[in-house]
Amino acid sequence: MPRLTLAEVEHVALLSRLRLTETEKQKLADDLNVILQQFDRLQAVDTREVPPTAHAMTLTNVFRADTARPSLPRAELLHGAPEARDEFFVVPRVVDTE
Amino acid sequence: MAELWELSAAALRAAIGRGEVSCHEVAQAHLDRCAALDPRVRAFVTLTPGTALAQADHWDAARARGEALPPLAGIPIALKDNFCTRGIRTTCSSKILGDWQPPYDATATRLVREAGCVLLGKTNLDEFAMGSSTENSGLFTTRNPWDLDRVPGGSSGGSAAAVAACMSPLATGSDTGGSIRQPAALCGVVGMKPTYGRVSRYGLVAFASSLDQIGPFARSVEDAALLLQALAVPDPLDSTSLPVEAPDYRAALTGDVRGLRIGVPREYFAEGVHETVRTAVRRALDLFCDLGATVEETSTPHAEYGLACYYIIAPAEASSNLARYDGVRYGIRADNARDVIGMFEETRDLGFGDEVKHRIMLGTYALSAGYYDAYYDKALRVRTLVKQDFERCWERYDVLVAPTSPEVAFRIGEKAGDPLAMKLSDICTIPVNMAGNCAISLPCGFQDGLPIGLQIIGKSLDEATVLRAAHAYEQAANWQPRVPSLSP
Repeated sequence: MPRLTLAEVEHVALLSRLRLTETEKQKLADDLNVILQQFDRLQAVDTREVPPTAHAMTLTNVFRADTARPSLPRAELLHGAPEARDEFFVVPRVVDTE
Repeated sequence: MAELWELSAAALRAAIGRGEVSCHEVAQAHLDRCAALDPRVRAFVTLTPGTALAQADHWDAARARGEALPPLAGIPIALKDNFCTRGIRTTCSSKILGDWQPPYDATATRLVREAGCVLLGKTNLDEFAMGSSTENSGLFTTRNPWDLDRVPGGSSGGSAAAVAACMSPLATGSDTGGSIRQPAALCGVVGMKPTYGRVSRYGLVAFASSLDQIGPFARSVEDAALLLQALAVPDPLDSTSLPVEAPDYRAALTGDVRGLRIGVPREYFAEGVHETVRTAVRRALDLFCDLGATVEETSTPHAEYGLACYYIIAPAEASSNLARYDGVRYGIRADNARDVIGMFEETRDLGFGDEVKHRIMLGTYALSAGYYDAYYDKALRVRTLVKQDFERCWERYDVLVAPTSPEVAFRIGEKAGDPLAMKLSDICTIPVNMAGNCAISLPCGFQDGLPIGLQIIGKSLDEATVLRAAHAYEQAANWQPRVPSLSP
């Protein structure tokens, strides 16, 4: 199996929306490589004829009647947000004005 | 009469029912115990004395009016702090949630309240339930009541410690790879992971959704059965909740295990499992023989791959589940970000601890283009083999018996710095989550004053047989002392 390089750690951190310091990056690369080595053991298992199990119970989709019911109260939901105004969550500007 | 905090939930229920003691007195006795001991044990993130006394007074008033009381009326309980509690801070022991108060109750929270339980507070965990010692808590480390220099296990370490120290007769936990059973073993209490789907996960803050399951902690099998009864209710709000009514679990506690077929998978006694633990479990098996059960060695050859599978599947699911902590809808936000991506990154950097970042990275990597087949798909296929091992066992055995944890409680800080050492704590519990079966841990002896856990694993939805076996062993073995001295 390939080993994680620092460049890959940076790429995965970007995908994960995690900002890492240089020290953290190196430590993560080292630690993750120790864990990834453990995963090599799995390659020894022949799984060509084995289906994947995403879920322990063989459940099929569950439907309920399509009836309207009250949602959670908006004010209470917004109350937990770091910043809210009127009926909106407030975030930094997403679209440039220019 | 014994102190109220010493009594089991069953005994408290009887005493309240006979009018010998009020719910208020029971709640106050446990709150006093918490006030006296929790500064040293640190099981609780949040204590809720106001809620506890108000709920207790409610049931005392109902009783005075002659109303029929629900089955656990006036019995104190502690909830792991990843159960949503409306209007009560829910932290997951993470800084990222700040003082967030959920706008709704988890189904499990609602069910224990409706069953009459009185909420003492919310208990500490490894951040987002990722860990085996509570040392990954973003808030503080809980102490093991049997030795305050040792860990209580995890991730539900606060709940296990609260019950072990008699601060609460009952508590809830969640078990993704052993997070109920391993701390139960290390704290010398009973902890059960029910079958996946037996208890609704609605309102349980998600870690790895295909593995997470809610279950009870107690100091006796009977009490664990009482709490499981309250929790095991089908729920339309969780589409993985199985539409199956639970049997009467207390009725299963017959004390009779004659003819019970016990399989002992040899892989769970391999190198890495401490000799004292192996010996204690083998002695428990001798006792089962004396009680008329049949005991036979068997094999689950893929159990050794469980750990590697788990550390692909659980982080993969976690990386997706924890994407929601972005500083927008709840918890904290880093306030110095110039743009929205920077806000996500800085909030997550500020809010998440090292282990959580570690697992998000691992999971994101395992799911990323080019590695998905090698890691995630491979792990799901090996998971099938782990599950099939159990299915083959159920053709010949009613339950499997194994150690819960490979060792007794370790010292705080002992496993820091080694990314693998802590994860090995869960080698005996993880395969059960992969397969979705139910399993219980209960005390089966002591090593130098520290409890050893016995694990009994059952078929899917066959909690009744597991409880029957556990109860029969508990009654016959009668381990003493059951309460840690907690002398300063």
